[in-house]
This record gives sequence, C-alpha cells and structure tokens, in this order.
Amino acid sequence: MHREDFPMLKQDIVYFDNGATSLKPQVMIDAMVDYYSNHTANIHRGDYDAAIKTDALYDEAREVVKNFLHAESSREIVFTSGMTDGMNRIVFGFMKYQLKPGDEVLISKAEHASCAIPWYVLQEELGIVVRSVPLDSEHQLTIQNLESMISPKTKVISLSHITNVIGDVRDVEKIGEIAEKNHIYFVVDAAQSVSHVPVDVLKMKASFLVFSGHKMLGPTGVGVLYGKMDLLSKMRPLCYGGGMNEFFESTGEYKIREVPTCFEAGTPPIAEVIGLSRVIQYIESIGVENIHKHEVELKKYLVSELLKIPNIVLYNKSSESGILAFNIRGVFSQDTAVYLNHYHIYIRAGNHCSKMLKDDLNIKNTCRVSMHLYNTKEDVDKLVLALKNSEDIFKIIL
Amino acid sequence: MERSLRQAIIVDHYQNPYHKGLVDDDRGEYIKNNTNSVSCIDNVDIMYKIKDGVILDIYFDGEACAISTSATSIMIHTLIGKTVKEARSYLKNYEAMIEERPYDKELLGELNAYEEIYLQPNRKKCALLPFESLKKVLDEIEEN
Repeated sequence: MHREDFPMLKQDIVYFDNGATSLKPQVMIDAMVDYYSNHTANIHRGDYDAAIKTDALYDEAREVVKNFLHAESSREIVFTSGMTDGMNRIVFGFMKYQLKPGDEVLISKAEHASCAIPWYVLQEELGIVVRSVPLDSEHQLTIQNLESMISPKTKVISLSHITNVIGDVRDVEKIGEIAEKNHIYFVVDAAQSVSHVPVDVLKMKASFLVFSGHKMLGPTGVGVLYGKMDLLSKMRPLCYGGGMNEFFESTGEYKIREVPTCFEAGTPPIAEVIGLSRVIQYIESIGVENIHKHEVELKKYLVSELLKIPNIVLYNKSSESGILAFNIRGVFSQDTAVYLNHYHIYIRAGNHCSKMLKDDLNIKNTCRVSMHLYNTKEDVDKLVLALKNSEDIFKIIL
Repeated sequence: MERSLRQAIIVDHYQNPYHKGLVDDDRGEYIKNNTNSVSCIDNVDIMYKIKDGVILDIYFDGEACAISTSATSIMIHTLIGKTVKEARSYLKNYEAMIEERPYDKELLGELNAYEEIYLQPNRKKCALLPFESLKKVLDEIEEN
C-alpha cells in the first residue's frame, strides 16, 4: 500500500526491518524541510511571523497526538526523545517516588531492554522486586499467567503492547481492567504497536504509555510519553533548564511550569515534532486498522510459504502482527542477514534488544522480518525465493 | 588466495571448528575471555593456557557467524605451541591485513582466507573478534 509515498522505495530494496525503524513518507520529509527552509524559529519565544507559525504547528502537534491516542487532554502528552527516554522518565521521575521497598513490578522476558533495565536499576536503588510473568509455549503472555503473578505487593504492570520479536498483541484492554481493579499502575510500551494497531489510552486504562516517532513512519529523535493528568502532576522532571521554569532568582528560588511544559526543558526537537504530527495525520488518512489487516494477511502468506521450506525454523507463527522470527537451520542469523542483503532484502539479525527472551526461545539470535504498510506480496515472494535457494549461502557471503 | 580456496577454508573451519567446547579448569590454568562486543551479536568464550611465555592450549565456545567462528578456529590451530612473542607477530600482521596495511603474507598461512574481508567493512569486526580477545589476554599477562 502507498509505496509511491516513500522515497526510499524508489531503490530496488525489500525493507523488512520496520521493527528497528520504519521508512519515511515524503509528506513527513516535506514538513520538516519546510520548517528548516521557510519558518525556522524557536518555540514560545518569538513575536515574528516564522515563530508564530512554528508555535502554532508545535502546539497543534500535541493536539494531533492527543486525538490519535484518544487521550482526554493534550496536557497529557509530553514530547520526549523516544520510547527509551519516556520509560526512564516514568521509572526515575515517577515510580522512584511512589514505590517502596518490596513493591513488585511485573514485566515479561519478551520485553525490550528499555522496558526491563530501568526497572532493574530501580530494583537495585530502591529494593523493589521485578518479576517476570511466564510466557506460554508460543512465547506469548496470557491473562491467566499474568493474573497468577498478581499479589497485594504488585504495584506496577509494565508490558509492551506488541513485543518486538514474538509480535504478540497483548490484550491491553483486559490487562488495564485487571490493573485498575487491583489499584496497579499500568505502563504500556507502544513502540511496536502505534501505527500498526489502534492505540486508545482510555480503553486500555493506561497509567502511562510511551512510543518513538521513528518506528511509526516518523522522524528519529522524537517520541511521546502519555500519562494520566493526576499522575503527570506527581511526576518529577529529570531535566531542568530553559522553557520549563516560571522564574528563578539569584537567591536560589525557582518555580517550574505546569504539566507538560515542565517536562520539556531546553529547545525541543521542533522539526521532529512537526514531522511526527504530519505523519500521524498521514497514518490516520490511511487508517490504522487497514494497516494491521494488511500486515497480518502478509504475515500469514509469508508463514504459509516458509512452511514449505524444510530447513526454515519459525518461532512465532501464530502472533497476529507483521513480525516473524526465523532461522535457516544450522546458519547463524547474521550470516542469513548478510546473505539476504545480497538480494537487497533488509531484515534484522540478532537478539533485537530482547536479551531475556533467549531463556524461552532456547536460542539467542534470530532473523526478524517486521512489516509495515508498504510491504507487498512481491516482497514476500522475493524473500521466500532467496531462502529457498539458500543452500549456496556461503558461496555468496564469503 | 583464490576465492574458492578462501571459501573452502572458512566453511571447513566453521563446520568443523578446531578445539570447540570449553574445558574444565579445576586447577585454574586457563584465562577465560568473552568476546561479546557492543556492535556485534557474536558471543564467544575463549580459554587460553599460557605458561612461561608459551601458548600451550586454547579452546572456545559460543554463538557466532561463519567468519568469527572460522577465524577463531584458525587462530587457535595456528597459535597452539607458539610463543607469546610469535603470537604478537601474528596479531600485528593479521590486523594489518584486515586494515589493508602492508603485512607478512607468508606468516599468516590459512589466516589469509580473510585477505579480502575489507571488501565487506561490516564483517571486519567479525574477522578481528578472536584476535581482539587474544590481544586483551596478552596485554593482561604483560601488565601482571
């Protein structure tokens, strides 16, 4: 779908590494170039035409994100540098001051490093206990397993909406219900889900939700932290400086501004925020449901074709997203990635920043195909053909 | 070296690696080094037994690509029985070959299989992996 909108696709490539970062549509590039070429200005400081235009676009972006996430107020939207930044702000700006030693945080072994390591650091610093919910035989999280881990000590459930290797779509609405019923904070990593499936922070009763712009067809260097207003008002900034203070005096007195401005110290990534806003409008014009349907159909086709090749091992056939992890039997994943690059097919090899998942998969490294709206049946056919002919892999890569 | 010969050497050492599998080191005779690098997914443990300036034994194990695995296997096969001084010479010439500087081709033997790895810049770190481990271990010994 919409391949003509993506300048990278003018090259003869098959791009299957969307879990790492996605390609960018021309409309997003144009919006950023327009800022740099025609109305460069800082925000909230200038009284000239370019600054007024930039202010309006920056403020509009918060509204665009709010509507996209179905949040109650644009004040619940904080611009960050990405999902990792957002998670660290939640853990060290909020949870550090709300949790007590012995409080439990539930995660899973399929979580990305950014959704595990901050919790482990807080475990060291504060004496909270981080526990992993066991995954089922398909390496997926089940509601039963999650519920079995909940105790009166459980204070946080912190999970990805869609995991980045297995690609299972967690039932976040059900998890949100369980969290609310048990007075547990629910933190959602939407890095792999936003732009792939509908994200509604109210339906999922999320306390906090984070994602990056660059995995959702948007720019690098920008992300979003959503938090419920009453929680954000208790969150402490991790960064202090210009733009976020009401006043400061030589006596040492200062006052920080209200949410969300207090969380955006210094000059924010203005061009990136404008680009993100434009790309969300682009995604909405296509429809997230249509993107999801397209990716799931393509994955089913890919799985059906790969099952015909005897030496291909699949790790997550059943998950309902555009993510498939596989290996050629007896071939190290990086060698497969180098081989596929020979045919201009871009996939990812490795542990995909989910280093705990090896305990469940019994393998450390896999090849990962991750799709987006512009992938086609022809892309899948090219990949399948290359894998069918992979008996000569070492003649090609060495 | 012909491309087909280079491929044959690398594939042979990848599929039948020399001294793969770690040994029990109850007496503490081996120095163990892990090569897990930040930019790469190869993760190999190498155990060195070095005494009185001579490399007596090396074993390795782990998950790695064809280039890293074969380079480790060839390095081990080449260095067992050599002195630390000789190992330094292999290290220096091997690094020079990978980085396209002048080197002693005669000395390197089977290690010449990686003479054109510079054509794939993202694989240079794979070929260098076992020698980076060797360098760390030799430096550690010298410091102590």
